[in-house]
Amino acid sequence: MKITVASGKGGTGKTTIAVNLALSVEDAMLIDCDVEGPNSHIFFKEPMVKLKDVSIPTPRFDLDICTYCGKCSDFCQYNAISVVQDKLLFFEELCHGCGGCRIICPVNAISEEEHIIGTIEKGGEEELPLYHGRLNIGEPFGVPIIRELKGLAGERPITIFDSPPGTACPAVETMRDVDFCILVTEPTPFGLHDLKLSVDVIREIGTPFGVIVNRDGIGDDRVESYCERENIPLLARIPNDLEIARLYSEGIPMVKGIPRYEEMFRELFERIRGLVR
Amino acid sequence: MKVAVTSKGKEPGSEVDPRFGRCRYFAIIDTDTGGFEAVENEGALAAGGAGPQASQTLSRTGARVVISGSVGPKAFEALKAAGIEIITGGAGTVEEVVKKYMKGELKPVTSHSVDSHSGMGGRRG
Repeated sequence: MKITVASGKGGTGKTTIAVNLALSVEDAMLIDCDVEGPNSHIFFKEPMVKLKDVSIPTPRFDLDICTYCGKCSDFCQYNAISVVQDKLLFFEELCHGCGGCRIICPVNAISEEEHIIGTIEKGGEEELPLYHGRLNIGEPFGVPIIRELKGLAGERPITIFDSPPGTACPAVETMRDVDFCILVTEPTPFGLHDLKLSVDVIREIGTPFGVIVNRDGIGDDRVESYCERENIPLLARIPNDLEIARLYSEGIPMVKGIPRYEEMFRELFERIRGLVR
Repeated sequence: MKVAVTSKGKEPGSEVDPRFGRCRYFAIIDTDTGGFEAVENEGALAAGGAGPQASQTLSRTGARVVISGSVGPKAFEALKAAGIEIITGGAGTVEEVVKKYMKGELKPVTSHSVDSHSGMGGRRG
């Protein structure tokens, strides 16, 4: 079973939920898909070890063959190729590595070269393998790394994905093709606003989902009434507990410091399992 | 010779659009015949690479000069490749800046005038 932990708003507790959920169930693995700022590993003692590079194909143009017809440029949805009169310009930072220009070129003037955009690293612990990706600084597009990370699922029967925040491509990639998605929010106007954005996106994707309210007690009940109105299951509420924050500051997941939370996460998992069936 | 002005509207009296890649229209003025034409910038809402795309659109109009508020680095490179002269700092109406240009009051620039994504209204792509 694959479960993604996501949220529209950053800093709501995605990583906290993902790590603690993964630690509370047996036979799980954790994959941190926030390739622009992975942080699940801070809860584990072992250092992350590099597993592999991730690259995307980028085009190389043979200008002796090129007829400057502009078909590659018309095809490119990201405007990475400009053909102006008898000149061709390639903006590598705009290229998503789809390979379409090579296929569309009528005179085969385009070949491909692998371009490394980041790495995949492994860590975690014996009972819970952890994988994460790192997008190299200056690279604009982390989705290919997320795709590779998602392909690692299956080593254990249960995979928990920690999603990047927001509702853009990296988050969408992490929320799709999974059995369930947990949307983490906080009971504040900002939390509710960004939750609504996430709900719009996840409904479009079609992944079954539910909401966890983190730091329950700091705001109001508008998230709860929204969920009720929209028929969204409210899966759990995690209290705004100083003890959780204290453990967090020492790099200790709450389930390891406070046993009742482990019980809570087990119940959460069973609830999700019931909803997926 | 054809001169292009980034424009917010389709009329000679329309205001100059200060953004190059994400301008609404290109007003194309033929300085020999006085002809006027407005070409829509279809790439104004592109997710990325609006500048290079707009440069290609402009290149197809036959314009030799473009007057805009500011031009980013990718658009600058593409316009240079297309052999189109770039004038930045254009403000007022399309008619006004063309008149100024004809009088020789506006001079081409030799480097881009703003950073990438400046035309995105504070949103960073």
